[in-house]
Amino acid sequence: MRQVNCQEIIEEIKKLCIHMNIHMEEDLKKVLEESIAKENSPLGREILKDLMNNQEIAAKEDLPLCQDTGMVVAFVEVGQEVQIVNGNLTEAINEGVRRGYEEGFLRKSVVECPLRRKNTGDNTPVIIHYDMVEGNQLKIKLGAKGFGSENMSAIKMLKPLDGVTGVKNFILDTIKKAGGNCCPPIIVGVGIGGTFERAAEIAKKALLRNIGEKNKDQYIASIEDELLDEINQLGIGPQGFGGRTTALAVHVETFPTHIAGLPVAVNINCHASRHGEIIL
Amino acid sequence: MNTYHITVPIDENLIHKLKAGDKVFLSGYIYTARDAAHDRLLKEISEGKNLPFPLEGELIYYVGPTPAPQGKVIGSAGPTTSSRMDVPTVTLLDRGLRGMIGKGNRSKEVIEAIKENKGVYFAAIGGAGALIANTIKESELIAYEDLGTEAIRRLKVEDLPVIVAIDSDGNNLYEMGPQMYRENFCS
Repeated sequence: MRQVNCQEIIEEIKKLCIHMNIHMEEDLKKVLEESIAKENSPLGREILKDLMNNQEIAAKEDLPLCQDTGMVVAFVEVGQEVQIVNGNLTEAINEGVRRGYEEGFLRKSVVECPLRRKNTGDNTPVIIHYDMVEGNQLKIKLGAKGFGSENMSAIKMLKPLDGVTGVKNFILDTIKKAGGNCCPPIIVGVGIGGTFERAAEIAKKALLRNIGEKNKDQYIASIEDELLDEINQLGIGPQGFGGRTTALAVHVETFPTHIAGLPVAVNINCHASRHGEIIL
Repeated sequence: MNTYHITVPIDENLIHKLKAGDKVFLSGYIYTARDAAHDRLLKEISEGKNLPFPLEGELIYYVGPTPAPQGKVIGSAGPTTSSRMDVPTVTLLDRGLRGMIGKGNRSKEVIEAIKENKGVYFAAIGGAGALIANTIKESELIAYEDLGTEAIRRLKVEDLPVIVAIDSDGNNLYEMGPQMYRENFCS
């Protein structure tokens, strides 16, 4: 067994929370920069340039890219040969977030009861998805999910005969309805298959891929390309004011499903897609 | 599409000149309020109490900033989604509020209230929180301190960049912009 110390996990999570909220990842910077030249709308181009300026100012002045520093989501892969020592893994992840959000001057946006709405004061709890895998590593993918885009996400239980056309129509409808609310240009995470909850989970997981990284299945990758084209024909554009650049990337994940079902979940992320990875 | 530099409170005679799609740099004092503060403002109104600030002619900015780091006036301070405030906004416009700054489309009712009251709805760039923070020169807590980031603050802004999203005639850039783009560039 390989030992991983909770103190190390806390420290790494803390650092990643601060880093990802202030610094735009290189993958995202690249597609955003590229989108400026492709944009036909003058106002759209101006907005895209402002977003590039914003990330420069954020990095220079140590300010979060966006004031909605999100609710933290973690996808954790625990190698079977890893032994967690000096504490509890779930608590360590939460403690890392607690410290990161306090020390990094990040906004605490989580309320304890969704109906009574009292702030927990430390941006926890974290939404954690665990997976047991082979090996002796602990891998944590982290996202800070803003709710402007989360609120415009949707799930639908389609019929098997709705097929790929039905899936695409639902995705396009969801993005049309979202309009400018979700801060386009967006990243679109799609989960197809599994059960009700699995579809939503893999849609979120799709958002945490490196921007523009294709699905390894060529057929699914071709659907990602087609969807990106079709979404960018909608004309919604940067901030919803018209333009080509509605989405920067579409990531689709699939999972085996039941003979009677075709669940589809669309999870939208804004251009300030805060994400990162820790491997211990 | 014109560009204006405007001082807040906005002169009533200027309002009708602002057209959807115009770029505006706002300077002066504006008030922050989002979900929880709107809930309280509406309660105060229904109980016949005085509001923490006079609405007449003012602008509300839908924002919940990040905490101010040392040496800064405020943290990151971009707009939040306006549609969540659609219902209370109609009441506030009817009571003299001149306009709102936020992001995203508004309801039919809000657009009607903007037309009737000769108001204006500005959009700030969603996700440009650091860029916007640099235009905020003062931040003073006005009410509802217990709401934390959702408390009402009075901000002094200098050249806060916004776009006229819905003008006083009800023209709506969220409808016009994508439609124009589709007509010109998508066949």
